[in-house]
Amino acid sequence: MPKIQEIARGVLAGDRRSIARAITTIENNSPKAQELIASIFPHTGNAHIIGLTGPPGSGKSTLIDKIIREYRRKGKTVGVIAVDPTSPFTGGAFLGDRIRMQELSTDQGVFIRSMATRNYLGGIAKATKNAAKVLDAAGKDVVIVETVGAGQSEVEIIKVAQTIVVLFAPGLGDEIQAIKAGIMEIADIFVVNKADRANADKAVMDIQAMLQLNNKEKKWKPPVLKTAALTGEGVPQLIERIEEHRLFLEKKFERKRSREKAEAELVEAIKEKVASSIIEELKREGKLEEFLQKILEKKMDPASIAEKLLNRKFGKQV
Amino acid sequence: MQNQRKIRVLIAKPGLDSHDRGAKIIARALRDAGMEVIYTGLKQTPEQIVETALQEDVDVIGLSILSGAHKTLFPMIMELLKQKGLTDVLVVAGGIIPEEDVPEMKKLGIKEIFGPGTRTDKIVQFVFENVPKRT
Ligand SMILES: Nc1nc2c(ncn2[C@@H]2O[C@H](COP(=O)(O)OP(=O)(O)OP(=O)(O)O)[C@@H](O)[C@H]2O)c(=O)[nH]1
Ligand SMILES: [Mg+2]
Repeated sequence: MPKIQEIARGVLAGDRRSIARAITTIENNSPKAQELIASIFPHTGNAHIIGLTGPPGSGKSTLIDKIIREYRRKGKTVGVIAVDPTSPFTGGAFLGDRIRMQELSTDQGVFIRSMATRNYLGGIAKATKNAAKVLDAAGKDVVIVETVGAGQSEVEIIKVAQTIVVLFAPGLGDEIQAIKAGIMEIADIFVVNKADRANADKAVMDIQAMLQLNNKEKKWKPPVLKTAALTGEGVPQLIERIEEHRLFLEKKFERKRSREKAEAELVEAIKEKVASSIIEELKREGKLEEFLQKILEKKMDPASIAEKLLNRKFGKQV
Repeated sequence: MQNQRKIRVLIAKPGLDSHDRGAKIIARALRDAGMEVIYTGLKQTPEQIVETALQEDVDVIGLSILSGAHKTLFPMIMELLKQKGLTDVLVVAGGIIPEEDVPEMKKLGIKEIFGPGTRTDKIVQFVFENVPKRT
């Protein structure tokens, strides 16, 4: 494996092997990952990062295939990060999103990478965010992140993407009613896919009805669109809306939103650093189990332990 | 910081076979052994397979073929891997490959050929034992 600085230079030059190796470094959470991010960071911020989330089987990967084609027609280059869950039992993962995009795998203006959620301390967001930074620094105009909307990860996407597209498919029935408020709030654009099927219009109306309750005073009113990902119907309109949202962010809220994002990123980074340094220390001292046991036996609550450990590390003043 | 390296495997089906039951069984076995398995579906061209291996930065490629086209497709794949500098990837193959072709395939750089009916745990073990070490 080449030196990390070589990989970083390769990324900036758009070299595909280097991009792949850089993402591996990040997903392995290797000690070199930070050095890598530090050297590419000044070259990030040019790509538009789109998060696409939705229930299993709603057609996310198929739609991404068509979205890429549309961007390519417009002369843009595209990176994709497709996230699938790691099995908590075996640690393995089946990464099958590429199947739907495989025709595009030889297009030199496209780079597709599958990632497993693994069991990162602090969630998947950091790894995907940094992988997106690699594709950004490598010069991709658009980076699309696919995550399955089930559980925690769909809301985490907000830490990664600028424009969030939430996908549904008709026939999931009550599912739309059952969507957690969280996902309604993070969506910038709603899409009902499989518009070729019955009940697509009903799904659109259901979402619109919910939105009316939800975001009265929002500046950006999330549109609800229909697509048929198998044929590509509705995809040009979707791209238009994504572009509109990008301009919206640039114009008015860019500053505020990116300031908030910068703050969130800093908080996240501090959390991760502090947490892992304390946990590693406890492991080295062989004391981790002891503290975990205290929580399990209800002798001490996690927050008090955290405070105690922080005091020990930084002194009382903290 | 904890290092979370995983073995990444591409299971690819070159050629015009129209079913992939075997490939999927292998994919599942490797996943259950804790690996990350990228599956790309049927009818992959050598270019697609090699580009996918590159983008996914896999440690292992498993080629599954039933159609008898291994004699033309495997040399193309191995040549492309070389051209792209993916020489440290472990390549294995399975499916229907006549006994008399095996030496020729191995000479191309394919490490092992698993015939029909090979037990999946044997394949898993082979991968664990032969996956290239990365620094
Ligand atoms: N009828 C119809 N089927 C579709 C459409 N879009 C996708 N599909 C089918 O829906 C199935 C799932 O599609 P995927 O693109 O894999 O869905 P996904 O949301 O990425 O699935 P996961 O990644 O497994 O969560 C496939 O069989 C697609 O062919 C559509 O617009 N209409
Ligand atoms: Mg998918």
